[in-house]
Amino acid sequence: MILVVDMNSTENPFGFYEFVLPIVSIAEELEKCTVKHYLEVNEKSLSGYDKIILSGSALKNTVTFDQTARFKWLKDCGKPVLGICAGMQTIGLVFGGRVEKCREIGMTEITASKANILFSSTFKVYALHNYALVPSTDFKVLAESANCVHAIKHKQKDVYGVLFHPEVRNKEVVERFISAFQVNRRI
Amino acid sequence: MRLGVLFSGGKDSTLALHNAAEKEKVVCLITLVSENKESFMFHTPNIDVTGLQAEALGLPLIRKVTEGKPEEELTDLEEAIAQAVKDFQIDGIVTGAVESVYQAARIQQICNRLGVWCVNPLWKRNQKALLEEVVAEGFKTVISGVFAYPLDKRWLGKQIDEDLIEKLVALSEEYGLSPSGEGGEIETTVLDAPLFKKKIEVLDSEVEAQGNSGVFRIKQARLTEK
Repeated sequence: MILVVDMNSTENPFGFYEFVLPIVSIAEELEKCTVKHYLEVNEKSLSGYDKIILSGSALKNTVTFDQTARFKWLKDCGKPVLGICAGMQTIGLVFGGRVEKCREIGMTEITASKANILFSSTFKVYALHNYALVPSTDFKVLAESANCVHAIKHKQKDVYGVLFHPEVRNKEVVERFISAFQVNRRI
Repeated sequence: MRLGVLFSGGKDSTLALHNAAEKEKVVCLITLVSENKESFMFHTPNIDVTGLQAEALGLPLIRKVTEGKPEEELTDLEEAIAQAVKDFQIDGIVTGAVESVYQAARIQQICNRLGVWCVNPLWKRNQKALLEEVVAEGFKTVISGVFAYPLDKRWLGKQIDEDLIEKLVALSEEYGLSPSGEGGEIETTVLDAPLFKKKIEVLDSEVEAQGNSGVFRIKQARLTEK
């Protein structure tokens, strides 16, 4: 069972439809999902889920940047996590990184710098962000555009982040994350 | 949140308007009238019907004519949205974007510059489900343009109903068309919808078609009681 965490501010009631439902549509082809808003998620609410996807959010929405204490469960949950855009930025902040201004809106080319389970080579992605993550040394960088880091993985944990939106283009990135950590996957 | 809807008068922008109005306050419509028939952003048949649609909805309409040159039309759109911010104090723009990252990214850029929300309630929705929602919600929508094989003049002016959806889905499976016209295969005009206080009656129309390209042009229409 996948937990999809809605990272949108309560100020924007439409973020769920734009940034969460498309992830659910992809994920439910492979596995059952539950959606919870980030304000509802804590250490105790994670039981029963074997992997977690943090959604993206609207350009104007940076509400989780100042609420990293709410996400301290990311450090000890022991579950595979994929953060998308705001989800990646929040993961990075929780683990000691920082965000800096970097605007990319539209199709953008990124290049994989390390072999990983999500993607390979150079490919085009849909970017929608005003900030990029400068990750801490806990993470290795998996891909970059000409302007910023676009994908990371924690060096010890199965915690991934992508700045681009794979639910818009490159849905196989979400599918590969789910498949890689399916409890009963066939080998 | 006070919202302005980027409105072409077709099914997607009208459905987006309805979805948005369920949660927040829609205060104006914005229509770009492109003089360029090849415009990727704004060209649509019967754009002039948006005046009647706005009246039917009881909403003010910001109508801006653009020559439709690829980047200049975006400047025109930005000016229209800026006018909506100034005149109606909108906090965000609603679009009917479903799949097009070309359109979505450009509108996101404009909203980002102006500091307003960009709301896309139909984004990535299943296209057959969208058509079904349009019918289930009681929209009266006609096909006002066809632009792809094997569509032809026989489709023009037809109302979207369950039978027509099945035909469009069958064509999408056989020929790879987007069933709701996301690739520009079809354009639509909404003549009635739940938020319309009056409906649009077409008094005079013409079909202009050649091969797999054509339009159903509304020449004269009026509002009538529902």
